[in-house]
Amino acid sequence: MANIKPRVKVPGKAKAGEAVTIKTLISHPMESGQRKDRKTGELIPRKIINKFVATYNGETAFSMDLEPAISANPYIEFSVKLAESGTMRFEWTDDDGSVYDIEKEIQVA
Amino acid sequence: MNKMIAFGAAAVVALAIGQATADEEAELVIDGQAFVTKLDAPDDSPLPEILSGWRFRNSETQELQTDDFENPAMIFAEYGEELWATAEGETGKSCADCHGDASESMRGLRASMPRWHEGKDTLFTLEDHINWSREEHQKAKPWKWESQEMLAMTAYIGLQSRGMPVAVKTDGKAAPWFEKGKELYYTRVGQLDMACAHCHENNYGNMIRADHLSQGQINGFPVYRLKWQGMGSLHRRFKGCMDNIRATPYKRGSDEFTALELYLASRGQGLSVETPSLRN
Repeated sequence: MANIKPRVKVPGKAKAGEAVTIKTLISHPMESGQRKDRKTGELIPRKIINKFVATYNGETAFSMDLEPAISANPYIEFSVKLAESGTMRFEWTDDDGSVYDIEKEIQVA
Repeated sequence: MNKMIAFGAAAVVALAIGQATADEEAELVIDGQAFVTKLDAPDDSPLPEILSGWRFRNSETQELQTDDFENPAMIFAEYGEELWATAEGETGKSCADCHGDASESMRGLRASMPRWHEGKDTLFTLEDHINWSREEHQKAKPWKWESQEMLAMTAYIGLQSRGMPVAVKTDGKAAPWFEKGKELYYTRVGQLDMACAHCHENNYGNMIRADHLSQGQINGFPVYRLKWQGMGSLHRRFKGCMDNIRATPYKRGSDEFTALELYLASRGQGLSVETPSLRN
């Protein structure tokens, strides 16, 4: 896919202290750097998402490092307990330095 | 951090290890919509019952298809939706300019594919239809069969028929194509000297090394295949099968593959269209 597009699914509302499930998916080739171009025999340069971070009101809620063995279009799901309403910010960092981000509001009662 | 505790439970869909742990009783439901993945075969069918490829996948892979957010094939369908509204070619028209809302104009199309095209007087796959329309109406260059654009568009158009029963016409002018497809299905080819039927009719449900053999139903194509890390067309799947039995594959879009597509579609009459589906 030519276009890299992050997508997230969060519950709009949550109960304080209860675990909620956050789902994320980003369209990305996750080129491992170990494949060769069939025509030229040259290595295809590595281009992967190497870091994923989710912050909630500025605090890190979840983060992970991604490695070349992870498939294209990585799907990441995690659970989190929230105490108050706020904004969850998601950031995917690409090998080329680009950062793809998206923000979602969550109402906590 | 006391306000918020993150559980370190990340589920990364990275590895699809070929384990045949399909839940025989599982039913496919997507956003409340039930799909027919199993039905009694008609009397003239060579199969005792008709089973979608979905039923042969393991439960983790099956689950991915039950949620449109988790199904990576939907990325392509969304891209197809963008392309639908994009002006192309010398006429500067988009698909939407003539066809309007795809959810109305394209509904049912995928379920009836491949089908006879009167203008060209030949059997058309969905890909053929798209490229014909690009050349005829948009005066645009045809897309390559396996291009991201073509896969996205076939996924998007196919999505409009999702849940509808496969219903192809095999009579009239399509009849010789049906017969040709049937002949191909039962003809041994390649160094391994095998026909489609040897795996997909006589041995579905069995393992062929690490693969769980299905009936080779085509109601979910184009599919997102975890092994491919992307979308692939039906004819790519055909090519893969022929490579596996060490035969020289026909070309994508060839008359042979189109005839085989018609015959296979007829073997799955009544199954719900699952496009865009997910397989391992």
